Amino acid sequence: MTKSILFAGVGGQGILLSSKLLTAALIASGYDVKMSEVHGMAQRGGSVTTQVRFGEKVHSPIIGKGDADVLVAFEPMEAARWLDHLKPGGRIILNTGKIPSSVILSGDKDYPEGIEEYLAEHTDLLSIDAQAMAVELGNAKAMNVILLGALAKSLALEDVDWTALIRSEVRPAFYELNEKAFQMGFDL
Amino acid sequence: MKYLMSGNEAVARALYEAGVTFASAYPGTPSTEILESLVPYHEDMYVEWAPNEKVALEAAVGASMAGFRAVAAMKHVGLNVAADPLMTVSYTGVNGGLVIVSADDPGMHSSQNEQDNRLYARLAKIPCVEISGAREAAAAIKEAYQISESFDTPVLFRMTTRVCHSKELVEEGERVAFDPITYEKHPTKFIAAPANARKRRPLVEERVQKLVAYSETSALNTIEDNGASVGVIASGVSVHYAKEVFDEKANYLTIGLTYPLPMEKIRSFVQSVETCYVIEELEPFIEEQIRLAGIDVIGKEKIPTMGELNVDILREALFGETPTYQQAPEEFLVARPPILCSGCPHRGFFYEAKKFRDMIVTGDIGCYTLGATPPLQVSDSVVCMGASISMAHGVYASMAKNGEKKRVMAVIGDSTFLHSGMTSLLNSVYNKTPTINVILDNRITAMTGHQENPGTGYNILGEPAAEVDFEKVVRALGIEKVLTINPLKLGSVREAIKECLAFDEGPSVIITRWPCALKRYSDQDHQEFNLRLPKSQVIEDLCRGCRNCVRTGCPSIRFNKETKKASVDEITCVGCGVCRESCPFDAIVEGELR
Repeated sequence: MTKSILFAGVGGQGILLSSKLLTAALIASGYDVKMSEVHGMAQRGGSVTTQVRFGEKVHSPIIGKGDADVLVAFEPMEAARWLDHLKPGGRIILNTGKIPSSVILSGDKDYPEGIEEYLAEHTDLLSIDAQAMAVELGNAKAMNVILLGALAKSLALEDVDWTALIRSEVRPAFYELNEKAFQMGFDL
Repeated sequence: MKYLMSGNEAVARALYEAGVTFASAYPGTPSTEILESLVPYHEDMYVEWAPNEKVALEAAVGASMAGFRAVAAMKHVGLNVAADPLMTVSYTGVNGGLVIVSADDPGMHSSQNEQDNRLYARLAKIPCVEISGAREAAAAIKEAYQISESFDTPVLFRMTTRVCHSKELVEEGERVAFDPITYEKHPTKFIAAPANARKRRPLVEERVQKLVAYSETSALNTIEDNGASVGVIASGVSVHYAKEVFDEKANYLTIGLTYPLPMEKIRSFVQSVETCYVIEELEPFIEEQIRLAGIDVIGKEKIPTMGELNVDILREALFGETPTYQQAPEEFLVARPPILCSGCPHRGFFYEAKKFRDMIVTGDIGCYTLGATPPLQVSDSVVCMGASISMAHGVYASMAKNGEKKRVMAVIGDSTFLHSGMTSLLNSVYNKTPTINVILDNRITAMTGHQENPGTGYNILGEPAAEVDFEKVVRALGIEKVLTINPLKLGSVREAIKECLAFDEGPSVIITRWPCALKRYSDQDHQEFNLRLPKSQVIEDLCRGCRNCVRTGCPSIRFNKETKKASVDEITCVGCGVCRESCPFDAIVEGELR
């Protein structure tokens, strides 16, 4: 049975590192894995996703509507935008920190109210103020690895050597930060 | 050992393993990472960025003629630029194997059209190889070089966005060195003058016939027999979508050599099942050839010819099935379009240019395409690489002929100007139109992910390289009025445009010179530019809510509708200062150094 994990957020939030680490963990766990990314124009502050599918044998690299087992949303509006790709009632791991888009920054539109409440009612929602937690750790950018920790717990990937994986992807100066961030997310 | 690789990375590895000696490309999404991924192998092979795809292909043709295995890689529209050498190298054939990688972009994720470049293979009468994913790259690339050398032909290797950018586990092999073919003069082959070309022409037709025979037994076309009554003929990533839809309830004929097709193999495959679908993205390329051979299949009467395919689209098209899913209320779905980054040096230019309302502005391909979107909305057109300058000329000349003296401005990036803007500018000089031509020089090829180009002073390996002097180039083309300015200084932008508007004896050029805010700065950048800038901050008491700063479109600026005050996000602000300059009340001031 193929499982699908959709990462959704805004260009520059570090989605790629989270999905890369997840993919490495799934490979280490013996799964066939496919991962799909978006490059180019959308990366300039636009809505971006990466898609990870795993199982015994994976065919399509991309996730269809109502297909994702878990939606890891780095931003509430993006969680709403990609909700149609989640299995009805499926799991959302949500970073609650809001990033207003250009039409909101300019005052032309308002940031929509009530997204989190709606998701809590209609999905299996895990809300995390990962931004604040990451700032507490000393670096707002570690938000992506906190979310990854929470995802690892959700997928029961505790037997993976996460420390080694993290160390293979980040610079030594950031080992401790990311290891702490991962644990923080995992322990939620 | 297996590694997680994207299609692009796997193709790069395969090129290395196939003993390729020469690789040239111009960056373009979704193809860019192919050449970037060859850099680690630069001790064994020659790797370069070329100024455009035509140059890249011609250089690769040269390497092939010299007896080496060569590759040129490009995005689909790049092959339009390289179409001229493509059509004739089909006649000359090769010495060392020659593969042309075309990365198509169905769905236009990052492109201006979604042309299906398999049609080029038929037009040029050369073989076309496709893969469905990274895992197939090694075998397919090696076979492509075998075909190229055995049949004396260039080979089109066609990928698509999902193949280029999807990752899977790939087994690495060893590099097998290719023994170069000793160079000898061969004028009737490589001098495609009419007398020779006429002699080569029938050889091209013979080659297609030989390739048809080869196709029937090629390992690139594979059958998976599940004993089913339904058959699927598919190519590229569509193979995976089909397998997810039908699983083991279909037999599969996967076409890896999409031109020319193994028609007898297809005929017996179709005869072996009750119903046969042809599943391919974009054009009915495989399907039309099959139908032409009098074989009945089901294809584009059900499957869309526009956009990408996916599992949902196939299920709905073939069986009328729709997935079950929930949708968030409409009011949650506020748009998030891409925008110029915080500190983007293009912002200051567009912000000022917008004030000159009575101008037609032709745009070009790059990050600055976003100069056409709100709130800047300056450019009136985007067509293809270099078109800004030639279109501006055409707009001016035709309107002037009709008695309308409208001023026209072309806006083009540094790398795009070097790609194909220079000949356009030469036309404006030669035919004397007073167009204003702006080269937005952000010291890098930014849109595709920061590649070096002949204007940056470095090559693909990061080694110092000859650096184009844009001012000298345009002067050499015959431009008399050239102004080089700092686009973060709005006053200089304004004065430069005014000065060029006052000049009507021929075309003028404005070069805006400031590095991309996301660029990894070189030592030279640090020497030339003061990059440790003070961040901006708003003094609330002085802010009158005029929203001028908001109209710069900077993602670091936020406007509070209740308090009617603007604020600057100190984390993302890089201190370009454009908002400070835009403020008529001096309410935005210098804060901490970046």
